[in-house]
Amino acid sequence: MSKAETPNRGRRARYRRIMFWFIAIIVFGAMALPMGSYVYTGIQQAQAQSVKDTNPRANYWRAVRDGQGGYSAVTGTSMEGEVVNTETSMLINNGGQNWRQVRNGLIANYGGWFLFLVLIAILLFFAKVGRVPVEHGLSGQKVQRWNAFERFVHWVTAISFIILAISGLSLLFGRAVLIPLMGYPGFAAYAGLAKGLHNFVGPWLFTPGVALMIILWIRHNIPNAEDIQWFTQGGGFVGKGKHPHAGRMNGGEKIWFWFICTVGVAAIVSGFFMDFPNWWSASREGMQLASVVHAITGILWIALWFGHAYLGTIGTEGSLEGMTTGRVDVNWAKQHHDRWYEEVQSTSHEQGRDATTEVRGQPA
Amino acid sequence: MARMKFLCDAERCIECNACVVACKNENSVPWGVNRRRVVVLDDGVPGEKSISVACMHCTDAPCAAVCPVDCFYTTEDGIVLHDKDLCIGCGYCFYACPFGAPQYPQKEAFGVRGKMDKCTFCAGGPPADNSDAEYKKYGRNRIAEGKLPLCAEFCSTKALLGGDGDMIADIYRKRVLKRGGRPQTWGWETAYKAS
Repeated sequence: MSKAETPNRGRRARYRRIMFWFIAIIVFGAMALPMGSYVYTGIQQAQAQSVKDTNPRANYWRAVRDGQGGYSAVTGTSMEGEVVNTETSMLINNGGQNWRQVRNGLIANYGGWFLFLVLIAILLFFAKVGRVPVEHGLSGQKVQRWNAFERFVHWVTAISFIILAISGLSLLFGRAVLIPLMGYPGFAAYAGLAKGLHNFVGPWLFTPGVALMIILWIRHNIPNAEDIQWFTQGGGFVGKGKHPHAGRMNGGEKIWFWFICTVGVAAIVSGFFMDFPNWWSASREGMQLASVVHAITGILWIALWFGHAYLGTIGTEGSLEGMTTGRVDVNWAKQHHDRWYEEVQSTSHEQGRDATTEVRGQPA
Repeated sequence: MARMKFLCDAERCIECNACVVACKNENSVPWGVNRRRVVVLDDGVPGEKSISVACMHCTDAPCAAVCPVDCFYTTEDGIVLHDKDLCIGCGYCFYACPFGAPQYPQKEAFGVRGKMDKCTFCAGGPPADNSDAEYKKYGRNRIAEGKLPLCAEFCSTKALLGGDGDMIADIYRKRVLKRGGRPQTWGWETAYKAS
């Protein structure tokens, strides 16, 4: 019995196995083969697309739209009157729209708000902190801080800067702010003057001034470890702790110095680029870029200048007279620039003279 | 009111530059300035196309948008004009314009530009129509005389059309319909492969 059943059972198991594989193949075939045709047509389509011609006429004009130039018998002039052919042979220059959006959108909007908020911040700071007094009162003893040449260079540059800032901001914001006040002919006359002044004062007064100040003061502006301490103590403004140490230039003045050496120089270079395009036959793209760089760096410079002018005048007692008369009160020097004062004292002692002078008629 | 437009039919333009000459002569355009120019694409190879271009009198004109003294204005006919008495020659319209329309005639010391000059659609400028002052600054005001821009009037193949946008579009549409079935038509290369 068992012998007869065993092969029978084995055959049945084989049939089941065969049936299982048949079904599996049928199911696989029924599902995979139609899918396979999808794969096949997909590959076909991909191949067809890769070799299919795009519309040549559309591509032709698309290239023109993207700035493909041609030939023009008309030799135009560049902006500066130089005869060029690259300019006239272009049908569409795409950079202009980007420049328009950056200038009218980003720069005019955010730049304006930025300057306004910086002014508000300074006003709030003044309202909260007030004028920083000379801690131990004015001593009546003065010490030389800026010599005549330094002061001359500073004030030539300062007056130039104010002229440049006002004329530059007028060209950017005048259309929105000044035309309603001055009318079209009035503003146009003013803007023409402002542009001329900006283009003259910038290269011939301001740039030499900045260059001289960089040369004169770079050795006092080398950053050192005490500057970090100066910043962590908030420059002596925040909190009532001891005023941080500083040499002839404190940390804040060094920031202002190195800002001018980088951002300021970028503003000057871009300004030269735009002022004298005939010197290097500037391209349209070059002018667009220079104008954007000039506007952004100029606005940053004016913003930081607000801080500089505030601290040098109403923000700190005794600072301004250093740049007007050249001499500062000894107590002011001890408070704000102690390291520098020590240095001045020791060198003058070595030379056997007194660095300080008594000023009569001033409160001791 | 009409909306004035230029349209240059690249299938017809033969690069004779008559539009350039006509414009210069009619408007006494300053030396060095060409208010209109003809650009040839693929010069000297099959499929060469010529197209005449000048100020396109944009509806949202970039030159007007960036002008610091706001000297541009659009007439009732959609023509973009500018006031040379206000212009300070800053060059911003030149940076912004995609078509290279604004140009500066003078070459003074230190790269000073002088007043911008551009195509007026033969419509002059702010001074009284066809006054001496208007002619000297902007050229002829043909629109005030009931005429169309001379460049378009002058075109020997009538490639350059200037005038009311609707009428120009109508003329151009009829041309395109007549030209139908020519090999430039989109898809022609696919339907009738050469090989």
